[in-house]
Amino acid sequence: MSGTVKQIHLAAHFPGVNNTTVWSDPEAGSHIEFSSFVHLAQTAERAKFDFFFLAEGLRLREQGGKIYDLDVVGRPDTFTVLAALAAVTERLGLTGTINSTFNEPYEVARQFASLDHLSEGRAAWNVVTSWDAFTGENFRRGGYLPQSERYGRAKQFMYTAWELFDSWRGDEIVADKESGLFITDAGAGRFAHRDDFFDISGQFNVPRSPQGRPVIFQAGDSDEGREFAAAAADAIFTRHGTLEAGQAFYADVKGRLGRYGRSRDDLKVLPGVTFVLGETEDEAKELAHDVRLKQVSGQTAIKFLEQLWNRDLSSYDPDGPLPQVDPQLGENTIARGRASVRMYKDPIQTAKQWRELAEAKQLSIRELIIEVTARQSFVGTPYQVATSMNDFVQADGSDGFIVVPHITPGGLDDFADQVVPLLQEWGVFRTDYEGTTLRDHLGLPPVPRVKAPATAVAVG
Amino acid sequence: MTAAYVRHLAVALEGAGWHPASWREPQARPGELLTSRYWADLVHEAESGLLDFVTIEDGLALQSSAPGAPDDRLDQVRGRLDAVLIAARVAPLTTRIGLVPVATVTHTEPFHISKALATLDYVSSGRAGWQAQVSRHNYEAALFGRRALPAPRADDADVPQAPYPVQANTDLLEEAADFVEVVRRLWDSWEDDAEIRDVSTGRFIDRDRLHYIDFEGPWFKVKGPSITPRPPQGQPLVTARAHGTRGYRFAVRSTDVVYVTPLDDQQARLIRAEVSQLEAELRTSDEPLRIFADIVVFLDHDEGLARARKARLDALDGAGYTSDAAVFVGTPSQLADLLLAWSGAGIDGFRLRPGALPHDLVAITRGLVPVLQGRDAFRRGYESTTLRGHLGLGRPANRFTSV
Repeated sequence: MSGTVKQIHLAAHFPGVNNTTVWSDPEAGSHIEFSSFVHLAQTAERAKFDFFFLAEGLRLREQGGKIYDLDVVGRPDTFTVLAALAAVTERLGLTGTINSTFNEPYEVARQFASLDHLSEGRAAWNVVTSWDAFTGENFRRGGYLPQSERYGRAKQFMYTAWELFDSWRGDEIVADKESGLFITDAGAGRFAHRDDFFDISGQFNVPRSPQGRPVIFQAGDSDEGREFAAAAADAIFTRHGTLEAGQAFYADVKGRLGRYGRSRDDLKVLPGVTFVLGETEDEAKELAHDVRLKQVSGQTAIKFLEQLWNRDLSSYDPDGPLPQVDPQLGENTIARGRASVRMYKDPIQTAKQWRELAEAKQLSIRELIIEVTARQSFVGTPYQVATSMNDFVQADGSDGFIVVPHITPGGLDDFADQVVPLLQEWGVFRTDYEGTTLRDHLGLPPVPRVKAPATAVAVG
Repeated sequence: MTAAYVRHLAVALEGAGWHPASWREPQARPGELLTSRYWADLVHEAESGLLDFVTIEDGLALQSSAPGAPDDRLDQVRGRLDAVLIAARVAPLTTRIGLVPVATVTHTEPFHISKALATLDYVSSGRAGWQAQVSRHNYEAALFGRRALPAPRADDADVPQAPYPVQANTDLLEEAADFVEVVRRLWDSWEDDAEIRDVSTGRFIDRDRLHYIDFEGPWFKVKGPSITPRPPQGQPLVTARAHGTRGYRFAVRSTDVVYVTPLDDQQARLIRAEVSQLEAELRTSDEPLRIFADIVVFLDHDEGLARARKARLDALDGAGYTSDAAVFVGTPSQLADLLLAWSGAGIDGFRLRPGALPHDLVAITRGLVPVLQGRDAFRRGYESTTLRGHLGLGRPANRFTSV
């Protein structure tokens, strides 16, 4: 680590449709009314956060052939709600998750370029892929993508969108009333792109936007995902774990950048994290335990178990021991529309570990699930949380965090009021915005005007 | 006959105005067409005039003066923003006026459009609408590269209304009808009270109140339900422009408002009669279709000034301005006479296309509207808070709600 103090980057994740979001809390508000989005975005901007982050899922989750009803259900359209948030914020970046499988490059490029214009340079795109025919049932395209082609399509999708963004140089419109010259180049926006996935041509109809193109996020920790991020992303949204795991990941992805002629600062590593604050450490721990109980009800614990076991376990008692029967291998037919089921590479081995853990610690199903599924990343007094976060960043565990509150919409309020001022006092987080665009906030270099497409990148 | 009254007034916003040389007008802001400030100013102005709604034009391709192909002109506005996103961007800045963006139905996904418009309805608290538009050209299809357009049928030429003969590709209109049907079903795929937050049973929703739409047609299959709960209006307002029988049939089956293009009150009467006839045969909705007449307007306080301005714009463009709709040049008072006459011919409302922005929009809000009000022929304040409410439409029952 060099002697300089790193500046922390912070983002606010709108609480999602996982069980981490506690809708049963008396403080919990609407997940769909615009006022909730406004509250969280304005809180984040008040605290000088880099950006607001919105996830996406294009089919309601199902378990056991029925729509999953224990967690929050229902989301807005990503582009539309971000465009509306641009009206009630001035500097906050606006990051949307948009799927490259069930969209077309021309349309997505139009929407991101429009969002970037309408927010004066605050748009970002978290590029994700889908693989399943289950989600495909909602779309014309239908069908599915073989898992092996997911990244291939995602890459080509994004590079195709970049070609569209780059099809305008940005200086074509002069709009000179006197001479009558509106545009200097009748060929502005012209493109022709052909690869294994897309064959499109014409003229792109949105002139170059303030950032040139949206800031690019890649989410996911796979080797393929890391390489994609190193080649093309501006930030990577990753899973939070121990400092050692964070440092290893950080060193790995930063180490890949040189191959693409990029410097270490060109890609920000931002794990998603949760927090619980208390006046004392003990109070915070007690609150954190209480949150875990709300996040993992007995029913939720059984549902989680079913996702690993890939079997109907509804007859099991959540307060009893784990099943002795082994998980069912093969395609997960129990839980659909859920990315997390692919986490378990070896379900039988994981089940064995869980059984051993439960036996050693005398844990029921519910207690086990509380133990093995996501815990709050930072628990303590505001001072403790600020210290831990800062230490994590300074030790190169990350460049900052995407903070995921567990209550909508007020779950970030205390963090903004109690943790951020400490980070500001220590000189590791901005006290005001220094630039106007999201690229400015993230300290990213300007987008090169014309970027060579796919040829610059090894397609894995 | 009922007292003369203009029940509904809307404005169609397009770039710097509908005249291709409008961007050269002294008040024009051609360098700001891609900024939110420009659109917010226009929509604020429209709202100050108590208009029912604004529509926002859009299209997949770069603008062109040539029908069905790109051109190489340098003296006209080129480049635009996504209209749904413009509408969303101005929604939090306005309180009453309806927001009706164009969204294309031909190469796009009904699932995406449905949730986008539902979300527009949320961020505007019930003021969302939609102008469904077909993309008719192969050079637009090439932007998506997914398929060629269906070939026109031999009898597809619809209303050869010189100088704008309109091809109504029957297959594209059938697809559009399916598209609207899917969008509407998805809006209803959540019952209003589906979110129960029942702590005692741990259930956030009652999944029995969510519905698969299971749509299957020749162009697409969509399963549902939507990822977005039923929007505040239940069904945001669906509108479309139509130029002849095929278009009217689509509108009667699928929309709440149709924009038609009579050139005089006699044509207005004929269109009214034809649409009413089709309604009797085909309409399934309980609510009558609202017929709006589109008129391009060039307004000044003196008729001679208006004519001179229009002539100047024509000279700048090098051609006399033509349109699919009637072109009115005159004073707000003369326009008021025309609107009242057409209202008498059975037209429910008007969508005025300002020849130049902001000039002709301001002439509507500060000229035409006060003239109509002075004749007790237009509202003096908004009478409802939702777009459907402005149109006198109720909040529809959910098609999936069991009785």
